[in-house]
Amino acid sequence: MSGADCAAALQGRFGTAVTRSWASCGDAIVHVARDRAHEILTWLRDDAGQQFNYLTDITCVDYRDVERPLEVCYQLRSIPRKTDLRLKIELDKAQPLEVDSVYDLWKGADWMEREAFDMFGVTFRGHPDLRRILMWETFAEGYPLRKDFPLRGRFTRAEQTRQALGANPEAHYSLEELAIAETWADLPADVRARLERGERGKVG
Amino acid sequence: MGLIQPAAAGDATEISAVSSNVLLTRLSELVNWGRTRSLWPMPFGTACCAIEFMATAASRFDLARFGMERQAFSPRQADVLICAGRLPYKLAPVIRRIWDQMPQPKWAISMGACASSGGIFDTYAMVQGIDTIIPVDVYVPGCPPRPEGLLYAIMLLQKKISGERLSDTELRREQTLGPDGLFLPPARIDELAEPFGNSVHQTRSA
Repeated sequence: MSGADCAAALQGRFGTAVTRSWASCGDAIVHVARDRAHEILTWLRDDAGQQFNYLTDITCVDYRDVERPLEVCYQLRSIPRKTDLRLKIELDKAQPLEVDSVYDLWKGADWMEREAFDMFGVTFRGHPDLRRILMWETFAEGYPLRKDFPLRGRFTRAEQTRQALGANPEAHYSLEELAIAETWADLPADVRARLERGERGKVG
Repeated sequence: MGLIQPAAAGDATEISAVSSNVLLTRLSELVNWGRTRSLWPMPFGTACCAIEFMATAASRFDLARFGMERQAFSPRQADVLICAGRLPYKLAPVIRRIWDQMPQPKWAISMGACASSGGIFDTYAMVQGIDTIIPVDVYVPGCPPRPEGLLYAIMLLQKKISGERLSDTELRREQTLGPDGLFLPPARIDELAEPFGNSVHQTRSA
């Protein structure tokens, strides 16, 4: 079953929740309603006929046309079926940009959602640790990949330099930042052993 | 520097006995000679320039010929900071901290277009020249510069050091951040970061 068949199956099962279904360069693309997206993604992952068990990427698309909605894209891959599917959620820019997190479905969504939040300002409801990942924590100029973001940033170079030099360089690399202490039990045994020997300092 | 000329008559025997073993020079020249030939580089490689830096350090170009045998991966045992590659604002406090940790005497080489001016990255994330963060002695143009370019910069730096005087205390003054948290006055940073080339066609709301 190809991506197009998946789209047909989705429309059969979820009806009006699938607002559009099309193909671009041979890739099946489905647009779904925001409120049912999590349910649809769960079905795509768990249904025996779908088995989209690998989340390749989460990203967003902001179009220069201010009337056009911002899109959140999920690029799915079914490893056993060797099939891809792209799923899009359209978000009205006049409303708060919020979607449900899929961290509970794919653990790999953690940093992808943080990146989408960092670059586009989309809030992922239910994400365990939603904060900036590429830009520094104190970055105050907004969301750089939005089309209305000026390329050189909103502040003057002097102000940007002042804020950058005011940051604590060690804050990016502390154990708290890496959240090792919170995920201690999840770490592999050899990493735990190394940390206990003090290779990266004391861990509580 | 110069060997003692044999003295005239009189105590000729006495002086000629030691003259071939004595070297007279100014202290600053001796110190500068030592410094130019034992520069320990602190590589701060962030991008493709660092690849060229590694080539410079490897056998074909052999940085060790210039007294840079020992690469200092700790700023506390380093003399020359070589910033090889673009510097994002996220790394600005890091390079500033490394520069502050280096003991005097110290010098800095800005390697490549991005480190020197921001290069093609005239964006919100990029420092427009590391001379807005730390003092720089030699700039190396190129994208990336070839190893010969970096070697030439090192030779220029050696030439610069040769001309330094110990009596000039200003040379070794620690240049810290000002009370406003900036290394240069704000107007100077804005001036240095002015767009050039194709960048002038981009828009900015500031």
